Amino acid sequence: MTAISDRDQLSYIAAQAADARVNVELETEGMTLNIGPQHPATHGTLRIVAKLDGEQVIAADPVMGYMHRGYEKLTEVRTYPQVTTLINRIDWVGSFANEVPFILAAEKLMEVEAPPRAQWIRTILFEMSRIANIALFLGDMGLQVGAVTPAFFAFRDREHVLNQIEAVTGGRFHPNFDRIGGLKDDLPAGWITETKRAMKKMRNFCDEIEGLLQGNEIFEARTRGIGVIPADIGLGYGLSGANIRASGVDWDTRRDNPCGLVHNELDWKVWTHVDGDSFARFWVRLQEVRESTKMVDQLLDGLPSGPVMAKVPRIIKVPAGEAYVETENPLGVMGYYIVSKGDLVPYRVKIRSASFNNISITPWLLKGVYVPDIITILGSLYFILGDIDR
Amino acid sequence: MDAAEAAVDRARDELLAQLTSDLGDSLVESHLVPGDDLWIRVARGAWVETAEFLKTGLGFQYFNFLSAIDWMPSPFGRDMDSQVDIELGHDEASEVDSSLEHGVAGGETRFQVFARVNDIVNGLGVTVKVDIPDDDLSLATWTGVYAGADWHERECWEMYGISFDGHPGLRNIYLPSGFEGNPLRKDYPLLARRLKPWPGIVDVEQMPGDDDDEESGDDS
Repeated sequence: MTAISDRDQLSYIAAQAADARVNVELETEGMTLNIGPQHPATHGTLRIVAKLDGEQVIAADPVMGYMHRGYEKLTEVRTYPQVTTLINRIDWVGSFANEVPFILAAEKLMEVEAPPRAQWIRTILFEMSRIANIALFLGDMGLQVGAVTPAFFAFRDREHVLNQIEAVTGGRFHPNFDRIGGLKDDLPAGWITETKRAMKKMRNFCDEIEGLLQGNEIFEARTRGIGVIPADIGLGYGLSGANIRASGVDWDTRRDNPCGLVHNELDWKVWTHVDGDSFARFWVRLQEVRESTKMVDQLLDGLPSGPVMAKVPRIIKVPAGEAYVETENPLGVMGYYIVSKGDLVPYRVKIRSASFNNISITPWLLKGVYVPDIITILGSLYFILGDIDR
Repeated sequence: MDAAEAAVDRARDELLAQLTSDLGDSLVESHLVPGDDLWIRVARGAWVETAEFLKTGLGFQYFNFLSAIDWMPSPFGRDMDSQVDIELGHDEASEVDSSLEHGVAGGETRFQVFARVNDIVNGLGVTVKVDIPDDDLSLATWTGVYAGADWHERECWEMYGISFDGHPGLRNIYLPSGFEGNPLRKDYPLLARRLKPWPGIVDVEQMPGDDDDEESGDDS
């Protein structure tokens, strides 16, 4: 592992070695440690089989599939409007964001464009899913190093956003609100002022989390210089989202390849960090939540009037063709490759979920780390099991 | 806006020209949607060479995904992807058209592997397809070029039965190790749909602004 902050890494190893010296006479042999399938750090049922030499990991092999639901097969027997019900459940804490790239890909094939108001509301809900999703991460990241308070704060404050999502869509977690050609409904009355209040609360929440964790000795010791991902390795594994931006790669699909969403009409910034360690991933996400709250405020101010649904046929048949659309979801780049043969149902849908790629780096990344760091590294990569197993 | 789109087109045109000149005959077919996307289909023997050229020669450092398509229409009629309405107890096989109909960038075989890589600096993506002949369902691995291809190839292997030569460990990734069959092949039946007919075809949602008021109560 090429550490960027070598000094921290060395002092950490030295401390570990000092502890180990007590046992220097004893003979050791390798040991296999099973982490999971049930572990709070895995957000579901991911099992990691780690081969250990003392406290050090020699090889780590994630075992997935405990939650594989076969969505790629199931989409082949669902009409296009029905598919959104399924894909809501891929990343279940930021559900609305899952629907967006699929609907955009279908719209691309149909050559339909949602009316401006629908695009803006889509972007609002998209960013609010991000806030709800990453708020959970920010609390959870504290939990991984033994700080319980941030988790309670996260669950408390995330509710403000979820309530607003529920007020529009009727569902806290599975909105199923996006439609080909627009949205199911318009915003309810009084929603805009209430949402602005919620965004303010989320900014306070970010400050609280920052105050609790950043600069905390234990948190810094457990995350700084741990789990360093160099940019080129990360790109080769297809890492995306905050995981790759924390390695210094200035790439965000919202800015660089906008498709159907209106991020480019807003004033915002893509945050990156050069360190590539667990702390950097935490920090980038923290900034992203702040940035998203600002985006939502701007979107609410500039919301155009008009219809929220374009004229689309009552029975939706998507013309034959292939389209791939990806968006910057809370967990990273999520894309749908749709192959249509002109039927009511897609012929093939390849779901490119962010966590699957993000977590595929773990066998490389966990090699050589110490057992307690497995948990912080997994926590900082932030995955949702539904997004891996699909 | 138009000027920006034209610039992107030029980038994709240039990219395609570079690919054509380097890969030569190995580039079988290509499909370019101006201002949107690029597909290429390469010969099976040039699969790894294409990846190497894309990564080192053209700066496509980002590995996006790899998967496969089964172009043989489902033999199960309407309840899968086909719109042919098969009555109960009817001889199903004779009704279904089983000719292969390929998507963009063409194809000749039932199975196609496709992968997508990105050049994140210039914001370009390219989807690379390759035909896999029925009598030899195998392909060289991309893991040597893009480390991230590892898990995607494992998934492709278990879902389609396409093996990847040189892959460091083709094991099941989602399915239990004793699983038989390749679930994403079109001729692998989805049991739930075989037992209960597809209700989806009549389930059309009421759209906002739709003025036929009373729908015959299909929402139970």
